[in-house]
Amino acid sequence: MRHVKRIIPSMVAAICLSASVAAAGTLDDVKAKGFIQAGVNGDLFGFAKPDEKGVWKGLDVDTARAIAAAVFGDADKVKYTPLTAKTRFTALQSGEIDVLTRNATQTLGRDTALGLNFAQVNFYDGQGFLIPKALGVTSAKELDGASVCVLPGTTTEQNVADFFRVNKMSMNPVVIENTAELSKTFFAGRCDVMTSDASQLAGIRAVAPNPGDYVILPEIISKEPLAPAVRHGDDQWKDIVNYSVLAMIGAEELGITSKNIDEMMASTDPKIKRFLGVSPGNGKALGLDEKWAYNIIKQVGNYGEMFERNVGVNTPLMIERGLNALWTNGGLMYSPPFK
Amino acid sequence: MEKTLPTQPAELVKPPATDIGILGWLKANLFNGWFNSLLTVIVIYLIYLAAPSFIQWAFLDSSWAANSEQCKMAGAGACWSVITANIRFILFGFYPHDLQWRPLLAVVILVLLLVYSRNRSHWRKSLFYGWLVGLFVMGLLLKGGLFGLEPVESNNWGGLPLTLLLSVFGLTAAYPVGILLALGRQSKMAVIKSFCVVYIELIRGVPLISLLFMSSVVFPLFLPEGMVINKILRAQVAIILFTAAYIAEVVRGGLQGLDRGQYEAAEALGLNYFQTMRLIILPQALKIVIPPSVSILISAFKDTSLVVIIALYDLLKTTQTTLTDPKWMGYSAEAYIFVAMIYFVCCFFMSNYSRKLERELDTSR
Repeated sequence: MRHVKRIIPSMVAAICLSASVAAAGTLDDVKAKGFIQAGVNGDLFGFAKPDEKGVWKGLDVDTARAIAAAVFGDADKVKYTPLTAKTRFTALQSGEIDVLTRNATQTLGRDTALGLNFAQVNFYDGQGFLIPKALGVTSAKELDGASVCVLPGTTTEQNVADFFRVNKMSMNPVVIENTAELSKTFFAGRCDVMTSDASQLAGIRAVAPNPGDYVILPEIISKEPLAPAVRHGDDQWKDIVNYSVLAMIGAEELGITSKNIDEMMASTDPKIKRFLGVSPGNGKALGLDEKWAYNIIKQVGNYGEMFERNVGVNTPLMIERGLNALWTNGGLMYSPPFK
Repeated sequence: MEKTLPTQPAELVKPPATDIGILGWLKANLFNGWFNSLLTVIVIYLIYLAAPSFIQWAFLDSSWAANSEQCKMAGAGACWSVITANIRFILFGFYPHDLQWRPLLAVVILVLLLVYSRNRSHWRKSLFYGWLVGLFVMGLLLKGGLFGLEPVESNNWGGLPLTLLLSVFGLTAAYPVGILLALGRQSKMAVIKSFCVVYIELIRGVPLISLLFMSSVVFPLFLPEGMVINKILRAQVAIILFTAAYIAEVVRGGLQGLDRGQYEAAEALGLNYFQTMRLIILPQALKIVIPPSVSILISAFKDTSLVVIIALYDLLKTTQTTLTDPKWMGYSAEAYIFVAMIYFVCCFFMSNYSRKLERELDTSR
């Protein structure tokens, strides 16, 4: 079995690589068909999920919309393919989708052997802890002897076991198969603490009988940089995806929002003039219209707007900016100069 | 003569009160013997334990038209509004919101055709044409693009129409394929026989999930770059291939169950192979295998929900998606009960119909 397990990924990788060789010119394909086919999650509230009317909403959806705004000047020219965790990478390799915006963690293995290229991260996630306020714990390092509610799934389970071992603490895992059942168990008080990706913990806290009674501890014990992915071997398309995300971050740095953008067009700041295409150059370099960044910000918004709309503190998820704040505010979001 | 006959009937002696009416029925069915009486008492006790709290939850304490906050405030009862608030997404998935009368009409046409076809005296040529027209209209309604109907891509089909589409087409296509495979397996021609045996054993040896995965994940890699075959079609073919293998084995059982004399009699009449099969063997064999075929059809119908794993939004998947919304996350029981009822109605229709067919075709009386 072990050999088989090793052979299969390399076979898949080989198939994928051979499939990706011919995949140049995604931009031309996309322009020819008139829309972008984006692979999304479909079941993750705040990231990609249809609402009651079947309209797609979420951070990953908005990322795809930003790319469409850059390419077509119209954020609605996106079609969504819901994908499971198992089908997502093959869908990209087979050319079924043009870009994968499906909360996929960037890892070395996926970036190389699977034949993918990851663009700018659109959400920094990580595994965290949710506890009842009544417990009076302020740091995960005070959790010695705690019973921990955890979903089965090797990385989550393993990360928390590693964390407790490294900090020389003991734990008592309570493993339950599905999120809804797990959270019911946690709210019923069968375990002291619950662990999962921080963005999911926020969603779980939102369905608590009384969400204010629970807090997410500051410690994040694993790194999950979630980024859009494209096929290997098409650098122009990767640049477009990459700079579509970066433009939203750059706009926030420059103080440009979807509301004030038309006033900003009259700005005398050379950085803003270049960014919005008033002084041309960036669009031509990317192979896009000079107003590409304008269209993104006008139609989708800057990163901060997108974040607050989908997952921010005023949504049911109530996620703080944290790592996803601008670098000037202590986060990791940083864009290169647009020139 | 007339005078000797009594004008009033003699007074009837009624059977004892415990042998007729409700009491008699109870005695005959529930309390005949100490063992059955014991079972009855135990079952009544179990119902007594479960029913009141269920009724309390499902009806007395439930809310029907509340939003999720009101449901949360109301507390213990069932929150049926998870269904009423999301009914259109659950039933029709991504189909454009203001065009959803189209899939609704398509489903209604399908149900009417099915109900009308239930009666065998309606099975005439006109019904066959009726089905052709009906299927064309359904396809037109779903897909659009003609007669001023706005085109809707099949990627946006979902919910109940998708479930029914996959099942109805899957089952009707699988049945003839299965019969051909069964005949092939009995064939004296070595190539055909071995092909059928390999096919049947191969398909029956793998789970449906792996076929669906192959069709949705591996198959596209073999296609030339940029050539994409419709996802629904790929799943549909996988379902047909899978069901056909099972049907084939059931039909083979029927073929082997027939008396050798039937084959010999047909040969003696000078019928060729196709006439033998069509006129003598298959009508009898298929009649024998109605019950097992229907149980395969029923399980195939329920298996269509497995397309969830390749992210097709059938009825079950749209329901699950609704439940991932933080607003409705806690109300899975209500939503699943609703979906279970839809599945039950369809399966009950099938099994009920098979019993009717069996009765009608029973020539042994």
